[in-house]
Amino acid sequence: MAQQAETANRPMQPVRRRYSMWDVSFNIFNYAIISLIAFICIFPFVNTIANAFSSSHAIQSGKVFLWPVGIQFDAMKSVFWDDNVIRAMLVTIYVTVVGTAINMVMTILTAYPLSRRDLAGRKYFMNYMIFTMMFGGGLIPSYLLNKELGLLNTLWSIMIPGAVSAFNVIIMKSFFQNMPEELREAAIMDGCGNIRYLLRIVLPLSGAVMATIGLFYAVGHWNSYMGAVIMIDNPDLYTLQVRLRNILLLSQMDTSLEVMQQQGKLQVIEESLKAATAVFATVPILIVYPFLQKYFVKGSFLGSVKG
Amino acid sequence: MEAQTNKSPALPYKADIDAGAAKSRSALWKRIRKNLDLYLCLAPGLVYFFIFCYIPMFGLLIAFKDYNMFEGVLKSPWNHFAYFKEMIHLPDLHKIIRNTLMLNVLGLVFGFPAPIILAILLNEVRSKYFKRITQSLLYLPHFMSWVLMGGMIYALLSPKYGIINQALQWIGLQPVYFMGENSWWVTVFIGSGIWAGVGWGTIIYLAAMTTLDPHLYEAASMDGAGRWKKIMHITIPGIMPTIVILLILNLGHMVSIGFEQPYALMNPLVMDVADVLSTYIYDLGIRQGGFGLTTAIGMIQSLINLGLILGANYAANKMGREGIW
Repeated sequence: MAQQAETANRPMQPVRRRYSMWDVSFNIFNYAIISLIAFICIFPFVNTIANAFSSSHAIQSGKVFLWPVGIQFDAMKSVFWDDNVIRAMLVTIYVTVVGTAINMVMTILTAYPLSRRDLAGRKYFMNYMIFTMMFGGGLIPSYLLNKELGLLNTLWSIMIPGAVSAFNVIIMKSFFQNMPEELREAAIMDGCGNIRYLLRIVLPLSGAVMATIGLFYAVGHWNSYMGAVIMIDNPDLYTLQVRLRNILLLSQMDTSLEVMQQQGKLQVIEESLKAATAVFATVPILIVYPFLQKYFVKGSFLGSVKG
Repeated sequence: MEAQTNKSPALPYKADIDAGAAKSRSALWKRIRKNLDLYLCLAPGLVYFFIFCYIPMFGLLIAFKDYNMFEGVLKSPWNHFAYFKEMIHLPDLHKIIRNTLMLNVLGLVFGFPAPIILAILLNEVRSKYFKRITQSLLYLPHFMSWVLMGGMIYALLSPKYGIINQALQWIGLQPVYFMGENSWWVTVFIGSGIWAGVGWGTIIYLAAMTTLDPHLYEAASMDGAGRWKKIMHITIPGIMPTIVILLILNLGHMVSIGFEQPYALMNPLVMDVADVLSTYIYDLGIRQGGFGLTTAIGMIQSLINLGLILGANYAANKMGREGIW
């Protein structure tokens, strides 16, 4: 999409030189303001990373801004030595991997038939699914359902209830629909069945949309907090976000109630410990992000939304 | 079909209808048979939606019953709308609804134009690399959890060690207790919503801008239009349909609010403005076991929501646009 926008703007340069002064100042202003917004967007993350590796004295005196001051690794080390956090990390990895796998299989299985115009009753199935996006039983009936099914206090309770997102099914369905019908006709001519066509031709051609939707599901699992806090009481099954919240909450209460006046030093150690836990919990996303962001920056995702 | 044709035997083209029906029925069967494997694929998804979306809808019956866990939803006795009557007299409910609406309306007023403006600015950027890098940075907050975002906001705004208050003190101002004062808390809530959503929100507008005809810009340049004129007369009118659709959709969500953002940001000092429907239902329903009452509240909320969404979709269709679906 970037390319098109550029071809839209480029030809005007040589046409009107008169505007160049204005153009230049507009550009400077534009680049400056976008840089500033981007900076504000990521500053808290950079600051948190810096805090995680800074000495308590430096944090206390407000010296830590973009990079660590008075480098220490104790906070990060103590995160790594914290059994609870490591355990929560493993639980979260498990939920993310298994949960995303379930999501993808279910979403593909639901989206592909719905993308076929020759599927009798397609409209009814679509409405059946879309209605769930508009109306629902709400929190309590869903909670009681999980209870009845015996899912409470198991990790299934955070993987199964969100197994298919109607929204993602619609995105994927639109993407499948945009594939040329001739392709399928040719495959059918050659004696290829529906399932084989899906596995051998459709899926290999949908890398971008699979990556994007998979990313959304995975990030959703990684970041989800509500499900875990509602469905799970067993501390052994706490996810990373629940642990993180408990650690962050400690000092949140302190700052909001102003009870840490005399314990200033303890507070600051916790400050970098909190930051270190936050960084630890976020690193996986930061690692995956650069590889996957090209898909949605390029707009392969958007094409499918609009379709 | 059969019943109908039997009732009107006098119709001269009965035979045709029968033949046609039989033909279309067998054709339908043929179509279903041919794609039997597709129906098998579809089955798990349909079952999933039935169990996890439709059964909880039946669970709404709890709102009308004296729900007893051992007797189950169906056998529990009816309670003659006791929860709905109780709801009207709940002292907090008024406050909760006000907070939900207030945060949503403010979020819309300030959060809705932000991605539009940013998308227009991004669209004027000519350097591909600059654009790509800033877009990556701008999208990042969208992928972070509210637990993390909330923790970072508390750290940044902490009255003692937060970098913002350090800066305020450095220029000689008093430290501000951002998360402890109602008005500041609301400001932070709205601001953090923009922070999380502004970059991601640009995507749909940027996509709409790529569909605009480059010749329009060229022709405008020929006629001596500058950057500003082109933005005002080509870009903005071009994305106006998208803006209208998204605005309508947002209006359709005015009574629903996410759980994680308010929950991550709230603290006991600001409950007067921070307690919203989602957090209230969680607290009263799950933490305190008030299943029936909160189901009733949730049901009213869902119904209003449904009405708003249908209304929004109707409005979108009325305006000659394809609705959401």
